[in-house]
Amino acid sequence: MNNGVIKFLQEPKIMSTYSCVGSEEKKGPLGMLFNYYSEDNKFGKETWEKSESEMQRIALFGAMQNAGIKDTGLDILLAGDLLNQCVGSSFGLSDYDIPYVGLYGACSTCALGLALGACLISGGMAERVGTVTSSHFCSSERQFRFPLEYGGQRPPTAQWTVTGAGAFILGNQGRVSIPEAVFGKIKDMGIKDVNNMGAAMAPSCVETIKTYFRETDHSPEDFDMIITGDLGYEGSEILKELLLSEGIDIRENHTDCGLLIYDMEAQDKHAGGSGCGCSASVISAHILKRLEACELQDVLFIGTGALMNSLTVCQGNSIPAISHLVRLKTEV
Amino acid sequence: MDKSSYSDYVKKKAKKSPIARDCIFAFIIGGAICTLGHSLRQLYTYLTGDEEITSSLVCTTLIFLSVLLTGLGIYDKIASKAGAGTIVPITGFANAVSSAAIDNKSEGYVLGVGAKMFIIAGPVIVFGMLSGAIYGVIYYITSLFA
Repeated sequence: MNNGVIKFLQEPKIMSTYSCVGSEEKKGPLGMLFNYYSEDNKFGKETWEKSESEMQRIALFGAMQNAGIKDTGLDILLAGDLLNQCVGSSFGLSDYDIPYVGLYGACSTCALGLALGACLISGGMAERVGTVTSSHFCSSERQFRFPLEYGGQRPPTAQWTVTGAGAFILGNQGRVSIPEAVFGKIKDMGIKDVNNMGAAMAPSCVETIKTYFRETDHSPEDFDMIITGDLGYEGSEILKELLLSEGIDIRENHTDCGLLIYDMEAQDKHAGGSGCGCSASVISAHILKRLEACELQDVLFIGTGALMNSLTVCQGNSIPAISHLVRLKTEV
Repeated sequence: MDKSSYSDYVKKKAKKSPIARDCIFAFIIGGAICTLGHSLRQLYTYLTGDEEITSSLVCTTLIFLSVLLTGLGIYDKIASKAGAGTIVPITGFANAVSSAAIDNKSEGYVLGVGAKMFIIAGPVIVFGMLSGAIYGVIYYITSLFA
C-alpha cells in the first residue's frame, strides 16, 4: 500500500510544454506568456467543438516540436477535455499516429494526465508520454449552460470557462521532475449549485492535501507554492479555511490558476477562471516557466474537478468532485 | 463537517449579488425598453389610427430589434448588467429563441435550429398555453353561474 501518496523511484521529467489560449485569456495578466492564441477563439475552424480540437492539435504539435521529437517518438498519448465522450481530444489528436488513451477528470484532467504519465514512465512502461488537456468557453457553455448570445446574468460565485489547452511531454530528461503524486477520492458534500463549483470542489481538494501532508514528512512551508486548478475565489477561501481548521495553514503560499488567468475586475470574470484548460494553460505557460527559471523550486499542483453533467444537474443531484495532486520540483 | 452544515457554511460564505445595483439597472434598462415600446405605440397609432395593427407593429418592432442585437452579439452584453430588465419584456423572449437558433446552427437547420430553437423558450410556451387553457375552463364555469 502506498497510503495514497505515490513516490516515483525513477522520477519522471517534464521535457517540454506548449500552451494555446483564446482572446480573453490573451488579454489577462498572463497573456504574454502563452505560446499561441486565436483572436476570434475559432482557431480557423467553423464550429466551437472543432476549435477546441484544433487547440489540442496545436498544443501537442508545439510541445513535440519544443522537445524535438516526432510522432514515433511518443509511446502514448493521455488526453482529455470537457466535451461529451471527450471528442475534443479524440477528434483533435486523430491525425497523430500515437497510441491514445482518453481521460475524463473534468477540470482535474491536467493533473490526472501528469500523474498517470508519471506512473507509466516511472514504472518503465513508457519512455515518453504526451499529455494534452483543453477546454473552450463556447463549447462548454453550449453543453453545460445556455446559448452564447442568451442574455442572462451570472451570480458573483459563477466562474468563467477558460478557452485554452496545454500539452506536456514527459520523459527522462528535463529540469522539472514529478517526484510524487496523489490520486484523489470522489467527495460529494451535497452542493447542488452549478454556479458555485468552487464550493463543490473545495472539500475534495482538502482531502487530497490532507492525505499528502499526513503521509509525507512535508509541511506547507516546504513549498514555494501550493497551486490549485480552478477553485476560483469562493473555493480558494473555503479551502484555506477548512485546511486551517485541520491544522494545515496554506494561506501564505496558496494560489489558484483560476485567479491568475484573468484580471477579475477589468474582465468581469466573477469568481475566476475554470475548465480543464485553465490549469493546463497556467501550469504550462506560467508555473513551469518559473520552475525552469528556478524562480520556483518546489510546487504542489492540485487539479480540481467537478464530476457532474447537465443531466445530473437537471435531475437535482449534488455535485461530486475530485482532486489529483502532482508535485513539481526543479533539479538545482 | 456534515453535508448540511457545509451547505449552510457555503451559503454564508458565498458572495451575494449586488441586489440594489441590479434592481436599479433592471429598472432603468427595462424602463427604457418599455418607454421605447410606448413611443412606438404612439407613433404607429398616429400613422395608422388602428389599435390592433399598432399592437402587432409594436411587438414586431421590439422583437426585430432584440433579434438584431442578439445577432450582433450586443444583447447579451446589455443583459449581463440589466438582468430582469431585459428578460421580462418581450425582447427577452425573442433573445431566448434567437440565441438558441444561432447557437445550434452548427448542427444543421433541422436537427440544430429547428429542434433546439425553443430549448429555453419552450417551457414558457407550454406552460403559458396550459395556464391559458385552465383559465379558459374556469372562465367558462364561472360564466355559467353569471
